[in-house]
Amino acid sequence: MKADVTVDCLGLYCPMPIVHTAKKIKEMQPGQVLEVVADDEGIKVDMPNWAKMTGNEFLGIEEEGKKLHVFVKKAQS
Amino acid sequence: MAEKEKMTLILFSGEMDKALAAFNIAVGGASSGMDVTIFFTFWGLNVIKKNEGSIKSKGIMRNMLNFMNRGGAKRLPLSKFHMMGVGKAMMQRLMKDINFPQVDELIKLAKELDVKFIACTTTIGMMGITKDAFIPEVDSFAGVATYIAEASKSKISLFI
Repeated sequence: MKADVTVDCLGLYCPMPIVHTAKKIKEMQPGQVLEVVADDEGIKVDMPNWAKMTGNEFLGIEEEGKKLHVFVKKAQS
Repeated sequence: MAEKEKMTLILFSGEMDKALAAFNIAVGGASSGMDVTIFFTFWGLNVIKKNEGSIKSKGIMRNMLNFMNRGGAKRLPLSKFHMMGVGKAMMQRLMKDINFPQVDELIKLAKELDVKFIACTTTIGMMGITKDAFIPEVDSFAGVATYIAEASKSKISLFI
């Protein structure tokens, strides 16, 4: 999947990946896609829930061994 | 989007691990688009005391209490396995290993995310502490009516 912006959360645990995601999304334009690279497994369940909570669109996860590429699309506000 | 949802936390405890839990939930909520308020009361006030300087108060009992209960985000003990600070140092080492922020860093992060800090005036009065003993991040000093007003509109309200 292609992303407009990437944020590196490798080595970070809850709640930090969500905090960085929220900060980045704030700076982005509606419709742009954010890629969060993380290795805390919790994000697999956390990110869809975060998206539901904030109204952004969870696009999916690509797993590359322990490295997780999580994609979220910023909602039209 | 509609009006922001609210979260209200009461931090009654003054231990590092409990403060970590509270701030974890607070920054998580703020990052999920919620309006978050933390009420600091009783031992929880220790979390928002300045790390520097001494706590001034009047009377021998209050002086004794404030000497033993110095507080400050960097001085909080662990609720379990504190072991005169040895356990705490080990826990901080483990936190560092996973890049987890310490309490003073979480305070900064929470403020960046507009988490509101309210300090309980009853405890402050009882313990005889002055407002200048607290960090400037405290937004206001208030009582239970303010908590009720906030909590009654909150979807999440926790006592820690």
